[in-house]
Amino acid sequence: MLYRKFLDLIRATILVACGFFSMKRYLPFFIVGTVALVTLASGALLYRAKRLPALAIPENSTTSAMGGTEMVHVRGRTDAPVTLVEFGDFQCPPCATLADPVNKLEQEYRSRLRLVFRHLPLPNHKHAREAALASEAASLQGRFWEMHDLLYREQSVWSKAPDVRVLFSAYAGMLGLNIDRFKKDIESEQAKARVKSDEQQALALGLANTPTIFINDHRVPPAQLNHSGLRVAIGAAMNEKVLK
Amino acid sequence: MKLTGSRISISLYTIAAFIALLGLADATYLTVQALTGETLVCGGSPDCFRVLGSSYARVAGIPVAAFGTLAYFGVFSFATFAAFGYARARVFLTLTIGTMFLATLWLLYVQAFVLHAFCRYCLFSAALVFGLSAIAVLVPSSR
Repeated sequence: MLYRKFLDLIRATILVACGFFSMKRYLPFFIVGTVALVTLASGALLYRAKRLPALAIPENSTTSAMGGTEMVHVRGRTDAPVTLVEFGDFQCPPCATLADPVNKLEQEYRSRLRLVFRHLPLPNHKHAREAALASEAASLQGRFWEMHDLLYREQSVWSKAPDVRVLFSAYAGMLGLNIDRFKKDIESEQAKARVKSDEQQALALGLANTPTIFINDHRVPPAQLNHSGLRVAIGAAMNEKVLK
Repeated sequence: MKLTGSRISISLYTIAAFIALLGLADATYLTVQALTGETLVCGGSPDCFRVLGSSYARVAGIPVAAFGTLAYFGVFSFATFAAFGYARARVFLTLTIGTMFLATLWLLYVQAFVLHAFCRYCLFSAALVFGLSAIAVLVPSSR
């Protein structure tokens, strides 16, 4: 009985559709409407899949990740129980490799994990300092983390570029920054001072390699610098916090 | 079988609609890329970054690709209506394609003589616009 009703319904739908399409004047409206819907839907899906993670707290928040109170780049909630501090060099290949696992952990732990980035551009990397300055110039327009993600993702491209400044300006443009201001800021004393401050912090801690990661002030051994190793370290830090 | 003027027009408008769909996909992809800051689109080509990241890639903060999306959608719509015999759609189609042709010439000039770099997605779009322009010229005038 139910089966027969279902068949009748399908038959009626087909008849209505045939009648509709036989009215030729409605067909172009249907085609254009369908294409509009498909374009909007695919654009929205693509946007959702590709957009960079939104910042949970404002840029350049003040934090005490390493003991003192100063300006650092933070991503995540200020009350997160675990803080991961990275001393990184944008031109260091292991740092770029580690960026993806760190982003995955951030999505996994969400509000329980906070990321802090500090510069440690190594002298053997030709464009590392300029990349750090580019990220600071982006930071002055409130887009540090977007530039951070971009520089790591495109490392293999700009590392080999003869004129890295042109590419960094192009990245700024892609992020929707004011390019003229970006070009000025990359040369600014403010940007240089920010990078230098992080380098001094690294020097004070006796760091010479990148990436160096601290989780709640405990240094993660180099052999553990991968997704599973960091996961273990974050888990231990959380347990420690609970026990306290 | 000899094709009548009307049949040729319908075929050309149908081809124009399909070309516009290709352009629509290209422009939508570039618009999303511009809005998200996604750069993998360039596949490691520094020239592509230089074009898509330049100040010429935006007008009043809006990505040029977004205008392209609207224009290609317009061409698709007008070509579809024209193929179904809507006379006014033919006029709008010609106007839209004409505007796109001029914009394409400007963007090619910028790539060649200002930025000294070419973006393959932009060149693909330029080829599509030239194809559409050829159709606009070839389509028999209606009486």
